[in-house]
Amino acid sequence: MENNYSSLEEKFQAKIDAEIKIEPKDWMPDKYRKTLIRQISQHAHSEIVGMLPEGNWVSRAPSLRRKVALLAKVQDEAGHGLYLYSAAETLGIDRDTMYEQLHSGKAKYSSIFNYPTTSWADIGAIGWLVDGAAIMNQVPLCRCSYGPYARAMVRVCKEESFHQRQGFEILLNLSKGTPEQQRMLQDAVNRWWWPSMMMFGPPDADSPNTALSMKWRIKRFTNDELRQKFVDVCYEQAKTLNVTLPDPDIKWNEDRGHYDYGEIDWTEFWQVVKGNGPCNKQRLDTRRKAWEDGAWVREAALAYAEKKQTRKIQQSKVA
Amino acid sequence: MNSNWPLWEIFVRSKQGLSHKHVGSLHATDEEMAIQNARDVYTRRNEGISIWVVESKHITASNPDEGESLYDPANDKVYRHPTFYNLPDEVKHI
Repeated sequence: MENNYSSLEEKFQAKIDAEIKIEPKDWMPDKYRKTLIRQISQHAHSEIVGMLPEGNWVSRAPSLRRKVALLAKVQDEAGHGLYLYSAAETLGIDRDTMYEQLHSGKAKYSSIFNYPTTSWADIGAIGWLVDGAAIMNQVPLCRCSYGPYARAMVRVCKEESFHQRQGFEILLNLSKGTPEQQRMLQDAVNRWWWPSMMMFGPPDADSPNTALSMKWRIKRFTNDELRQKFVDVCYEQAKTLNVTLPDPDIKWNEDRGHYDYGEIDWTEFWQVVKGNGPCNKQRLDTRRKAWEDGAWVREAALAYAEKKQTRKIQQSKVA
Repeated sequence: MNSNWPLWEIFVRSKQGLSHKHVGSLHATDEEMAIQNARDVYTRRNEGISIWVVESKHITASNPDEGESLYDPANDKVYRHPTFYNLPDEVKHI
């Protein structure tokens, strides 16, 4: 039996090494399944909770153009959540269980959404930095070894590009605006920069699961590799916005061919992960309330579907 | 809290002349709602002109573990491919 298991695992690894995707009904190690369920469902939760900070500004968007774009973006986030929940379901977890894990606080979502959106410029900064960091993370996931996850990510990435561009455009407008608007822009970047840097997760040295995820090709780059790419890209983009990244230690390193950057405050990161961020409670309360307030809609829709079905059967009997 | 609506598999025809392709799944109470939800989830950017929905439980799939024996009969039938037949180079349009 032991022998049999290890040969299954060897076959599985050989497929991964040959870049052959794993599909739902294929044999996979338990740990691979569990890792993916955790990662995909957390990713889905992040998309769903991610609607909340932005929803805050839908009714106060400064123009109709901005409003329709923000609405479309928030709708996309809901769609991304749904693609991802359905990918997770192919691994044998059902939707209600995932919702329950989110609402009970058992499951995590990206900590970035536990920060408040206090000005319109934040909507721009989220698009530029938060979606920018998300894209850095997500593009390699399009080549993830698990087929349904990879396919969901292809759709997500195609749509995410509009999100980032609309954010950048908001900031670009502010950068050409009044001194007060320029201050708003700088203030938003100051507040969102470090939390965005933390989105890539703990440093490689403190990320014990990375090695296995790389071996299984769930991950293609380490947290620090992706973070470095992000810094390199943002530093250049910030010049167009005429804005300063709030890190006095950022400077070009000729030897490495990358920008060096300052120390990240991991104490803050772990505090927010543990539930002590500025908006953790508010986000979860809002999610739970939406779920509970929607209960009657779910029940009514089921009752209506049953009624229609019964009527159909009766009619076919009469006929 | 068992409110789980049935799961549906969604197939989208992206344009006239192509076949429907599986794009993912979603939950809905019945086929009508499944089509409406599929429109919102999978065709927000004109990805489709026709949608099929099938309740997931109605799909029977082949077992990947039996893949070898299932497809084995085709493996040794090279004569099913045009290149199996030897023709001189001067024969054209064939």
